[in-house]
Amino acid sequence: MRLSYPTNIKIIKLPCTGKIDVLYLLKAFENGADGVYVAGCMEGDCHYLTGNLRARKRVEYAKKILDEVGIGGERLAMYNMSAAQGPRFVEVANEMTERIKELGPSPIKRKSTVKGSK
Amino acid sequence: MTSDSRLEKILEKGEFAVTSECGPPRGADPEVIKKKGELIKEAVDAINVTDNQTSVVRMSSFSSCVLLKQMGINPVLQMVTRDRNRIAIQSDILGAAALGINNILCLSGDHQKFGDQSTAKNVYDMDSIHLIQTVKQMRDEGKFLGGEELKGVPRFFIGAAANPFADPFESRVVRLAKKVAAGVQFIQTQCIFNLDRFSKWMEQVRDRGLHEKVHILGGVTPMKSVGMANYMKKMVPGMDVPDELIARIKGVDKEKRSEEGIKIAVETIQQLKEIEGVHGVHVMAIEWEEMVPRIAKEAGLLPRPQFE
Amino acid sequence: MVIGEGKPIKDILFMIENYSKIILAGCRGCVTVCSAGGEKEVGILASALRLARQNEGKEIEIKEVSLERQCDPEYLEEIRSFVDEYEAILSIACGAGVQFLAETYKKTPIYPGINTNFIGVTQEQGVWTERCQSCGNCKLHLTGGICPITRCAKSLLNGPCGGSSDGKCEVNPETDCGWQMIYDRLKELGKLDQMEVIIPINDWTTSRDGGPRKIVREDLKL
Repeated sequence: MRLSYPTNIKIIKLPCTGKIDVLYLLKAFENGADGVYVAGCMEGDCHYLTGNLRARKRVEYAKKILDEVGIGGERLAMYNMSAAQGPRFVEVANEMTERIKELGPSPIKRKSTVKGSK
Repeated sequence: MTSDSRLEKILEKGEFAVTSECGPPRGADPEVIKKKGELIKEAVDAINVTDNQTSVVRMSSFSSCVLLKQMGINPVLQMVTRDRNRIAIQSDILGAAALGINNILCLSGDHQKFGDQSTAKNVYDMDSIHLIQTVKQMRDEGKFLGGEELKGVPRFFIGAAANPFADPFESRVVRLAKKVAAGVQFIQTQCIFNLDRFSKWMEQVRDRGLHEKVHILGGVTPMKSVGMANYMKKMVPGMDVPDELIARIKGVDKEKRSEEGIKIAVETIQQLKEIEGVHGVHVMAIEWEEMVPRIAKEAGLLPRPQFE
Repeated sequence: MVIGEGKPIKDILFMIENYSKIILAGCRGCVTVCSAGGEKEVGILASALRLARQNEGKEIEIKEVSLERQCDPEYLEEIRSFVDEYEAILSIACGAGVQFLAETYKKTPIYPGINTNFIGVTQEQGVWTERCQSCGNCKLHLTGGICPITRCAKSLLNGPCGGSSDGKCEVNPETDCGWQMIYDRLKELGKLDQMEVIIPINDWTTSRDGGPRKIVREDLKL
């Protein structure tokens, strides 16, 4: 179809949204993302049965944390779509981009840089 | 006789006893409890005073009992194990006895979750059966729970509650048997609206011969309205309000519904009188104490026997 | 196991507001199993705290560690070599672990990142329920293996109160009545006569009421 979607989106591929961890979502924000969305298969169509349902719960949990730390849970979202829905993928990409543009850059990017260690 | 209680005397003579209850005020005004006592004193043999019922803070049962005692009423001190450990319990038992209180109703008490102090810590150092044992040991053995001798023995007529309508049903008579084994002398039951289930429970009571060891007073509460009946059915755990009873109250004109409630209470008492092993009634007219004399009269329970 | 639950992040942020370099210490014992204070939770909490502090414009450096157990002295040594480089320790072990760290590193302030709730079991994935109040005087042989002190809201020892209704507790319609469970289990076992026995007034000296408790095994001491 060769549809185009906004260039500000960086895709991170996972074998299944069930591989999503709350920490991945938080790390994305720590590393400078202004918004994150998880694109999973249609509910009921998960190849691993419930991976996308679990992902949704983890996204909800991460949204709560983002609210608590002042980043804002609205910067994180979960969408369901099938691999055959190219136009839907573009639509979601545009929708999310618009939402984040309205929200502006992540609040932490306006502040100082930070150190971390492990 | 184990005490100077008028209630004990009535029951020992084989009379059909009548008791009622007063809830103390949420404040320090002594007139409230005196007024309630005045309303019902001629119609009953003894008056219970509740102990922070539903865990809502009120004037203490102990002091309210003393106020009633001063009016010539025979009070029943309700005591819950929710708020006191064994030190406070034994101390209050001695104090109550010293002030002439001679009936005690041993209860575990409603959980604090229901009250106006839901963030409180509960005590439950002992349960109601242990409380019965404690009073009995102090009275009959003259000993504290710790084993030391008492100087001056408290003479109490010991009561407890029974709820034939809670679950599991088969365990209700077992619990009564344990209370009897612990030394309870009279029982006041939960409000009886389902006479069939009560009768079944009484059958089990008689099968075990418990009716010969303990005086059972059936709990009777007049329904003021359909709203009250529905509330008790749905909101009060362990309360059995049959649909037919609600339908009966609903069946009459709105202004006559409280009358119907009184009528049902009177009929219930008359039926209870016929059940072998029921030795009295405990009329709980919740914030409707003025109806107690009328119910007693219409049920043929007046005048109450008098003693020298 | 000991079951815990994370404290609200805003409470933790308030505790550590004056520090810019802390150790966040998890525990690989009970709190790992109940997903409250293990390595994974260390990672998530550290990330959340960094985000919050970045958002406030007050940077924080967090050293993420997970000790084998915070309730055994030898594992507390795992952080000794670098503890002095940090201003405070935020521990997400149970209350015992937090206190043991505080006793071990006397000069470093210790803060609790979780609430320690109860001794319980994994009822199902993501659901934990209480089983034991560590009263120190087990009565499970009398009650069909179900603890009345823990499972009854009033810790009654002699049968269900008048608020037991359809198998549920009057305190919470979602909570099973402990004594209904005991009754059902004894019935199943053909031991209903046990319901008739009066369990005597409890001796609470073995419980917390006797003060902090201690067990000494001479045969094991070095």
